[in-house]
Amino acid sequence: MLKFVLTKIGMAALVALTVSFISFILLFMAGDPAIAIAGEGASGKVIAAVRSQYGFDRPLLVQYFDWLIRALSGDFGMSFYFKTPVSGMIAERLPVTMTIGFLGMSFALLLAIPMGVLAAAFPNTLIDRLALGIAVVGQAIPSFWFGLVLIVVFSVNLGWVPASGTRQWTGYILPMIVLGYYATPAIMRLTRAGMLEVLSADYIRTARAKGIKPRRVLFKHALRNAIIPVVSLAAVQLGFMFGGSVVVETIFALHGAGYLAWESISRNDLPTMQALILIFAMFYIAFTFLADVLNAWLDPRLRTA
Amino acid sequence: MKLTKTAAAAALLPAFLFATNAWAGKSDDTVSIAFAKELEHVDPYFNTAREGILLGNAAWDGLLYRDPATGEYVGNLATSWTWVDSTTLDLTLREGVKFHNGEAFDADDVVYTLNFTVDPKNGAKNKVATGWIKRAEKIDQFKVRIITNGPFPAALEYLAGPVIIHPDEYYKAVGPAGVATKPVGTGPYKFETVEPGKHFVLKRNEDYFAAAKPKAKVGTIDIRTIPDINTQMAELFNGTIDLVWQVPSDQADKMTGRGSFQVINAPTMRVGYLSLDAAGRSGDKNPMTNVKVRQAIYHAINRDGIVEALMKGTTEVIDSACSPSQFGCDTAITTYAYDPAKAKALLTEAGYSDGFEIEFYAYRDRPLAEAMIGMLAEIGIKANLNYMQYAALREKRIKDGAPISFMTWGSNSIADVSAITSEFFTMGGEDDARDKSLSDLLEKADSSIDSAERKTLYAQALSVIADKAYWVPLWNYSTNYVMSGDISFTPTPDELVRFYEIGWK
Repeated sequence: MLKFVLTKIGMAALVALTVSFISFILLFMAGDPAIAIAGEGASGKVIAAVRSQYGFDRPLLVQYFDWLIRALSGDFGMSFYFKTPVSGMIAERLPVTMTIGFLGMSFALLLAIPMGVLAAAFPNTLIDRLALGIAVVGQAIPSFWFGLVLIVVFSVNLGWVPASGTRQWTGYILPMIVLGYYATPAIMRLTRAGMLEVLSADYIRTARAKGIKPRRVLFKHALRNAIIPVVSLAAVQLGFMFGGSVVVETIFALHGAGYLAWESISRNDLPTMQALILIFAMFYIAFTFLADVLNAWLDPRLRTA
Repeated sequence: MKLTKTAAAAALLPAFLFATNAWAGKSDDTVSIAFAKELEHVDPYFNTAREGILLGNAAWDGLLYRDPATGEYVGNLATSWTWVDSTTLDLTLREGVKFHNGEAFDADDVVYTLNFTVDPKNGAKNKVATGWIKRAEKIDQFKVRIITNGPFPAALEYLAGPVIIHPDEYYKAVGPAGVATKPVGTGPYKFETVEPGKHFVLKRNEDYFAAAKPKAKVGTIDIRTIPDINTQMAELFNGTIDLVWQVPSDQADKMTGRGSFQVINAPTMRVGYLSLDAAGRSGDKNPMTNVKVRQAIYHAINRDGIVEALMKGTTEVIDSACSPSQFGCDTAITTYAYDPAKAKALLTEAGYSDGFEIEFYAYRDRPLAEAMIGMLAEIGIKANLNYMQYAALREKRIKDGAPISFMTWGSNSIADVSAITSEFFTMGGEDDARDKSLSDLLEKADSSIDSAERKTLYAQALSVIADKAYWVPLWNYSTNYVMSGDISFTPTPDELVRFYEIGWK
């Protein structure tokens, strides 16, 4: 087991390193960071001054390793754009993204799993069609539009929640729904497919023949096996939510890490971008790892794999 | 099912009509404002954003002030000033002024602020603001001397604009990092809350000395960053935001006549232009090196047509390579009417009767770029659009030039042509003309402190640019302000939202 964990961690570090190097190169290819830092109204002289001040005139590899050595000691440097330590900024903004990420995922699971189970229990009925309909709509409508519709209905017309910001806790409700609904279709379909497969298995027939209550068969015996691929998918989705909540954070003016990532890309704020990429990659890896552990607990056969 | 943003907004707008609720506003003397982007740092020397200029103007003071109505310079933290010689400016300071933290204002504050900002090791970002200053010296407690890096007649414009004064004792103690969360100035508003990038609360400075700027009319200004324009509109309907600007025309049109909103369109100092590679930097066989081809392009672009069809509000066609609101922007120059037949004739004279293919670069306003490309096609020029990020395009222009670039420039709100014409025609990285005699003219104008002489020299330079068609000046840009019905505010052409001028009806 220890070897298994160590191998996983080693792989994770390698993935994170590769991701950080590729992103570093890509960021430089996206335009001269000196021009981006100097700002839109900067003169040529100013741009040249910035270039030497930030050391952009050094070879790319030198710059990368310089960053890496400092990052490994926990120093992500100063943000080019905000002129404050990157670590402090991320520490301040990550909780917002994590909050809506976990809320959104909880919302998605609470909505998608029961729907998937019911759709599989009553295939080709109205319930099944309704569940699939909700999933199709979820995949079809763009997040920004859905978010704006919710703002118009629940904030502007009904006045139940604020349109943006999190000065009141109710400000989290709409972002949670938008982010969660986006993840719902995939989870629901996978649950339904898994359940359909499991429900036709021999051991379920046996369980039913033994006279176990249908609800118990459905949720204890069948769901436990059907949920395994869902756990892996949810982990990936959650990782995506952390890095990809840009749209939701922009619409609801939440100032989380997702919006910060988008801003640092558009402003060539290398230190911030690099730190965020590293952290998002770590989250992905951590969630995937946790999903493996959870699956091993759910299915003893996976423990030897 | 996929709806475009605009269609969606249009479909949803009727729903807005039933909106009723207002939290902040006249009743608690608070104007709520939305910023569209996160301000990187509240210290005016550590940001290059318009939002930063607005906060700088509200919470700090400059040595001088330019009256937006008359364009005249008046004393602010300084009461009088004299040029000792072409690089030495002496200023007498106002006595009895106090910073928000109670610190008294005197020469030490001026000397410290300017010398700190000029020193490259302090990493000030807004290098444009003080790049012209060599150093500042204290003469006595209320007299300072500014030494410039060379003759710099636009100095007064800068001292009335981006150059603000910090309290030296406080600044020394906390540094830029401390100022980022607890800024202190002398201005009509003081900061009560700063959540960097996200939220700023300004309270009226009841003890403001109000020599050049008036005392603030409104007690509290509450600013939140809301990046999405649709969300900004929703907040306006909710009454949780009272004022936004830079609203796209289609959104502004929808807001007109809804509820009690006021929609005002006002010009800005930003201008659009086509820069043509006359110097042949992007290849010496480049047709742009031929003056007749450049003139043909000028005649081919229907600027009035584009402004009428695609740009709304107070946008106007410009003829000189500067913003008409700037000092020295002479408009008595050669103009080129829209005349495709003449354009074709010029192309034939230049030896391109069958036209040619060329690369066209742009970084914003894609529909406008495409309209111009269509007009070039009509005279036989096949222009291929290369649409890039701003930083990438400027990098390309500085490194190896581009045959035709559609660019814009806002001059950092500096009302002086040295901030635009001299920036692009004095042999710098983006000088597509590389015309030595033109460059010399501008250098001479930039370093003269006789304003009549400057005007004459700039007029000559602008005339050369027009005759040789180095640029195709296009139009100025305007911006839309949308505000709640209670607010009384008149925008100015410098796009500077002076918070202390906002009042209640």
